[in-house]
Amino acid sequence: MIDVRDVRYGIGDHAVFSGLNVRVAAGGITAIMGPSGTGKTTLLRLIMGQVLPQAGRISVFGQDVSALARAELYALRQRIGMLFQNGALLTGMSVFDNVAFPVREHARLPAPVLRELVLMKLQAVGLRGAAELMPSELSGGMARRVALARAIVMDPEVLLYDEPFVGLDPISKGVILRLIQSLNRTLHITSVLVSHDVPEISAIADYTYLISGGKVVAEGSPAQLRSDASEVVQQFVSGAPDGPVAFHYPAPDYFTQLLER
Amino acid sequence: MSARTPFHLGRSIFKLGAVTRFLLRVLAQTPPSLRHPGLTVEQIYNAGARSLVIIMLCGLFVGMVLGLQAYDLLARFGSESALGVAAALGLLRELGPVLTALLFAGRAGTALASEIGLMGATDQLTAMEMMAVDPLRYVVAPRFLGGLIAMPLLTAIFDCIGLYGTQLIGVSMMGIPSGTFWSQTVSAVNLRDIREGFIKSIVFGVACSLVAVYEGYYAEHTAEGVGLATTRTVVTSAVLILFLDYILTAMFL
Repeated sequence: MIDVRDVRYGIGDHAVFSGLNVRVAAGGITAIMGPSGTGKTTLLRLIMGQVLPQAGRISVFGQDVSALARAELYALRQRIGMLFQNGALLTGMSVFDNVAFPVREHARLPAPVLRELVLMKLQAVGLRGAAELMPSELSGGMARRVALARAIVMDPEVLLYDEPFVGLDPISKGVILRLIQSLNRTLHITSVLVSHDVPEISAIADYTYLISGGKVVAEGSPAQLRSDASEVVQQFVSGAPDGPVAFHYPAPDYFTQLLER
Repeated sequence: MSARTPFHLGRSIFKLGAVTRFLLRVLAQTPPSLRHPGLTVEQIYNAGARSLVIIMLCGLFVGMVLGLQAYDLLARFGSESALGVAAALGLLRELGPVLTALLFAGRAGTALASEIGLMGATDQLTAMEMMAVDPLRYVVAPRFLGGLIAMPLLTAIFDCIGLYGTQLIGVSMMGIPSGTFWSQTVSAVNLRDIREGFIKSIVFGVACSLVAVYEGYYAEHTAEGVGLATTRTVVTSAVLILFLDYILTAMFL
């Protein structure tokens, strides 16, 4: 469904990806993991065609994202939902209007049908009662759930989740986790999760990629990844502060630098 | 000429090209944005109605100061009765459009730039893109159009209140007969003067709104970036208004 082949992408002199290969199978939950700053969110932006790779090919539903005209890209995006790390709700609209926003823009539904649809999606995330609230009145977890309702309101075939568990309390985390799983199972939505929360990913992912240094360094089921003996995988899974992914940002020798005048 | 001059010149030309390209993109998105007329009406309210108090207050004081200064000047030539004409021509052709635009840049322009900049910083614009909704159509074009429509309306209000302020000084304080004040004003001001002020206000409306939405749209996604965009909006708008005013005045004379 999504195929990322030999993708190279950099910002200035910094190479974010240098030959990245990821394949997302239809109907499953694929997790993209990796330390902070490895370009996980950038990968989602590449998949959505917001930024273009400098080399390689990204195809979604068999279409080369880089080759699409703006109208074609927008048509493709209507088939994909995306959950942002901070929810990215439109602050000038109520919860109801936020969820209704994509439908109002892309479909002409009679008001009663739209209302039913929006309430149904809000019911699915447990926030039907919050329909009239403004985004500023929501907690972080609630905002994430409203954003999820908005992401599924157009019945997408693929859902991209950008760090869905970041900054949430254990209850909200559990709620989001269950929602991702139930949406995947009941609506058969292909899910791509970008995260560095190992326990949560292990609980729901069907297949996992671990990215580091601009490439995939390990892949497989969560169980396969846990049993992977490579240093970088073990460091990530166990949360060790130092290892192949260095604790210190590259710097000259500490002692020498202290003695410098 | 410093060694950096060609660099600065090149950057300025590049920026001018970028702004022009942005304007063309906004103009292309303006007709589709009218599919939701409510968005534009809301922005006319935000940029126009919410600027009314400051425009009316400033208009009143400018008119009163104009009344005092012009009366003093005209009294030296025994032409106090021409106070209404002097104030009306000054307000309609020059002070009204220029001061309204400067006030607009400070009140509505900064609000536009910071609002769009914050929408960018909180991923709201990106979220729209991901939902296949062009933010230029949904966010930028209605704000641009709202500012463009609000500017001449605000200028007209500024002119009227300003003239009222001059009348307060001339008629109520200095004792010029009300009939003389108004009859001379009405007979001296012609359509050409009103047209000059109107065209200026339209041009300033385009310039101020464009600068505000451009700076907001391309603001760096940080608190500092949004702050800088807001500052740049005021500075660029002010310089642009005075520059364009000179060009337009030279063209009309």
